[in-house]
Amino acid sequence: METIRLNESEDRDFIERVSRESGQAVENCYQCGKCTAGCPVAFAYDLMPHQVMRMIQMGLKEEVLRCQSIWLCASCVTCTVRCPRKIDVAMVMDTLRIMARRKGMVPPGRGRNVAVFNNNFLGSIQKYGRLFEFATMAMFNLKTGQPFREANTGLTMLRRGKLKLSVTKPRGLEEINRIFEKVRQAEKEV
Amino acid sequence: MKFAYYPGCSLETSGKEYDLSTRAVSKHLGIELTEVPDWSCCGATAGHSTSHLLALALPARNLALAEETGLDVTAPCAACYQRLALACHELNQNPQLREKVNEITGRPFHGKIKVISILEVISSVGLEQIRAQVVKPLKGLKIAAYYGCLLVRPRAIQIDDPENPQIIEQIMQAAGADTVDWPHKTECCGASLAVSNEEVAIPMVSRILKAAAFSGANCLVCACPLCHFNLDMRQLKVNRLRGTNYHLPVFYFTQLLGVAMGLNPQDLSLHTHFVDTGQVLKLVG
Ligand code: SF4
Ligand code: SF4
Repeated sequence: METIRLNESEDRDFIERVSRESGQAVENCYQCGKCTAGCPVAFAYDLMPHQVMRMIQMGLKEEVLRCQSIWLCASCVTCTVRCPRKIDVAMVMDTLRIMARRKGMVPPGRGRNVAVFNNNFLGSIQKYGRLFEFATMAMFNLKTGQPFREANTGLTMLRRGKLKLSVTKPRGLEEINRIFEKVRQAEKEV
Repeated sequence: MKFAYYPGCSLETSGKEYDLSTRAVSKHLGIELTEVPDWSCCGATAGHSTSHLLALALPARNLALAEETGLDVTAPCAACYQRLALACHELNQNPQLREKVNEITGRPFHGKIKVISILEVISSVGLEQIRAQVVKPLKGLKIAAYYGCLLVRPRAIQIDDPENPQIIEQIMQAAGADTVDWPHKTECCGASLAVSNEEVAIPMVSRILKAAAFSGANCLVCACPLCHFNLDMRQLKVNRLRGTNYHLPVFYFTQLLGVAMGLNPQDLSLHTHFVDTGQVLKLVG
């Protein structure tokens, strides 16, 4: 990991903003490392969960928001149930993802595919009201430049009736569209 | 017993075995399920990774629709269960937020119904009752019950102990099966990382399979379509990529319950999984 120069990159409001948005007392973290010890994805992280917490405390906003870990977190919530300081670490991870996205930061490395996946997923909900698995997968493959990924799996599923080439849309599609719009507006106001 | 039923998106496609077997088993046990009219997606992880408000509003619409039926709602999919239950919890805790979300959905949710996982619904029939329905005890099965993350975490909505849950074991034992003790029952399978970053998910799936095999299990039982997909479909990939030779059929608990109750195999869709289930099912006779 690169050396961090504290006085250059500190953002003193950062811990406050993360705490407010996540509803978590991030300052309570005493670096026991239990979150990291139980995290099933830690082996693939660039910053460990406890490091993320410490860096929020130190106001290292840029470093935290551009790490891959916040995207790779699988939201399994193990860290949260084990944290002796009762910090919902998974919620903090969520909050950081949301913040990074709001700032329009491009997720680095492996984080990019996660963001593409999430966007496609939500795109499908907005368009069809439900997840259209087939179209969402095909779109993901196209956008990540691997058009034939899992093609065999797809064929097997199709033969077994486990993949539908259409999606049953709910009647309330407009309602769902409105939900997306209104959420967008409400978030602009804050 | 009557419940509103929220199938969720995967149960219409990749997890159709879960939908079919849940409906069949429920019917057999006298549980009446009414599908939530016009339900839409709960938002899953993409929702809460993107916006806290969206992650509440998408389930809230479905909660409101379920509430119109006047029944408590059950969701078999562990992810849907978690999203609906968490939204329900948060909206009940915070009336102001509920008002805001109701304004967004345009369909007021009043907090009058509960969200219950299908595991709780079925076990509420009573283990004795379940035992009484068994015509074909699951002899010969050594089950590793796999819960994954979403049913047992976080605290506000967990259906059982987050480190050592027992509810699947109890149901499967009532159906005559043996269950093994093993350490990975609530370890994460990688969820949608399996799609976005397969090389990260493969070691996660592999660790779970290894622990199950080591404990002497001859099959896995789960209650989540995403867990199922990762353990079943990716098992073949794990074998190919890591030179292992696991052969652990992965069932939904409702499928095996259906087998034990002598339901028509067609209604349980036992042979549409990736890992062949025939050999293990032969043990049941
Ligand atoms: S488990 Fe909690 S207190 Fe311990 S390092 Fe992680 S966040 Fe901090
Ligand atoms: S929620 Fe994320 S950070 Fe926490 S243990 Fe799970 S994968 Fe790791």
